[in-house]
Amino acid sequence: MSQIHARLEGVSLAYGEKRVLVDCNLDIVQGAITCVIGLSGAGKSTILRLLNGLRRPTAGRVLVAGRDIASLAGRELADFRQQIGFAFQFSALFDSLTVFDNVALPLRETTTLDERAIRGKVETILASVGLTDAAQALPAELSGGMRKRVGFARAVIAQPTMVLYDEPTTGLDPVMTRMLTDTIRSLQQRDQSTVVVVSHDRESIYAMADYIAMIYEGKILAYGSLEQIRASTDPYLLQFLHGNPEGPMHVV
Amino acid sequence: MNRRLGFLEAVGASTEGALEEVGGLAVLLGESLGFLLQCRLRLGETFAQAYFLGVGSWSIVILTSLFTGMVFSLESAVQAVQYGVGSLVGGAVAFTSARELGPMLSGVVVAGRASAAIAAELGSMVVTEQIEALDALGISPVRMVVLPRIVALVVMLPLLTILGDVVSIAGGMWLAKQIAHIGYASFLQSARSSVHMSDFLLGLVKAAVFGIIIALVGAYQGLRTKGGAAGVGQSTTRAVVSSIILIFVANFVLSYLLFGYHR
Repeated sequence: MSQIHARLEGVSLAYGEKRVLVDCNLDIVQGAITCVIGLSGAGKSTILRLLNGLRRPTAGRVLVAGRDIASLAGRELADFRQQIGFAFQFSALFDSLTVFDNVALPLRETTTLDERAIRGKVETILASVGLTDAAQALPAELSGGMRKRVGFARAVIAQPTMVLYDEPTTGLDPVMTRMLTDTIRSLQQRDQSTVVVVSHDRESIYAMADYIAMIYEGKILAYGSLEQIRASTDPYLLQFLHGNPEGPMHVV
Repeated sequence: MNRRLGFLEAVGASTEGALEEVGGLAVLLGESLGFLLQCRLRLGETFAQAYFLGVGSWSIVILTSLFTGMVFSLESAVQAVQYGVGSLVGGAVAFTSARELGPMLSGVVVAGRASAAIAAELGSMVVTEQIEALDALGISPVRMVVLPRIVALVVMLPLLTILGDVVSIAGGMWLAKQIAHIGYASFLQSARSSVHMSDFLLGLVKAAVFGIIIALVGAYQGLRTKGGAAGVGQSTTRAVVSSIILIFVANFVLSYLLFGYHR
């Protein structure tokens, strides 16, 4: 029986009149990679923000490591977030800081490690994402794939128990996509962390997912292991995975 | 009837917006003071901001103070000599510079530059998700980006005001000599007898308050940015307009309170 690290229980969320999630339920298995798939605007990134406490549900509960994250605030929430890494879709690197300083920032600001220990950790993680030579570069000097990897390194530098990746391979070439997929998998295996990846990319999903959840119209439409999802004959799932414009899903 | 209701609705909405802004500024100031009291100021960033926002503003403060001091002297010296009280010009220029012109001019010109810069930088950080990334990492954006800017301007604006005071008085003194043949010694003697150290110091207190206003309004508007580049532009405009208006309001209140007019 797999242990559950995080859980969405009857979660609804609306931005004004627009309902993004409606009574949504999802289990995130501990120590595994769960990929959340779905059409653009379906609410995939919102799920990541709920899991990090960046958004609060209008109904339901978001449990992470047994705690309702929506009940936390201020310093308590900030401390709790240190257990959750977040790699943003467009990397969200601090453009006035070098690659090294971007990656070191969480350690400098949230731990009592001395500068020598921080240097060692940052150099190790930069080597593991293949960016040793770019340590002193500014984000503006990096390619899209390099920026993504810096974002990954920053997300995992403090060795959080759960890491959230928002569309990590969107807009990249197939070679870089494969490289980033392998990086996510190797970082997860190194830290034995729980990982949630939001993605549209079928090949990278198949290459890294242990579990897949498909979201449609604010609800989890399908959920299962990679094998279960690949064997599914659900017409919605097939339409999405085959990229077919014709089918039961209403594509806007 | 409908037009009257529409007017009342507009007044209500404006009042609500203004109160929301004041509340937001108070919360931001409270959070910043909380980090300051915990001695959690980022010194490196504070020095960098002091250089960028303060040192970078010295030339515009010198220019505006010089010409304002000269034009004030021009207007007052000619009139004063006509009425036979040329010996009062130095006192008038120094008194006005120390209490009002120095802090106000420095405040307004720095507001135009620094408030816009802060709002634009923080607004860009919002639209590129850098502020959200700080939150996600468990790092307070207020401590990271707001507090250093407030402290930087609280220190630098009084220093710029001292510079502005000196340049304004020197400009006025030079012009009084050229236009009305008022000697430097007479001008300085008049200034010394009319202005007390407390006038300069209270002017610097005003400047420090203006520094808080400029940084706080710039940061608040920047952090509220919505949308893309257009949103950053709107935040920048709002920051400059709001900070200048607040400086004028605060100047009146501070003059009334600090210079003993309320007694």
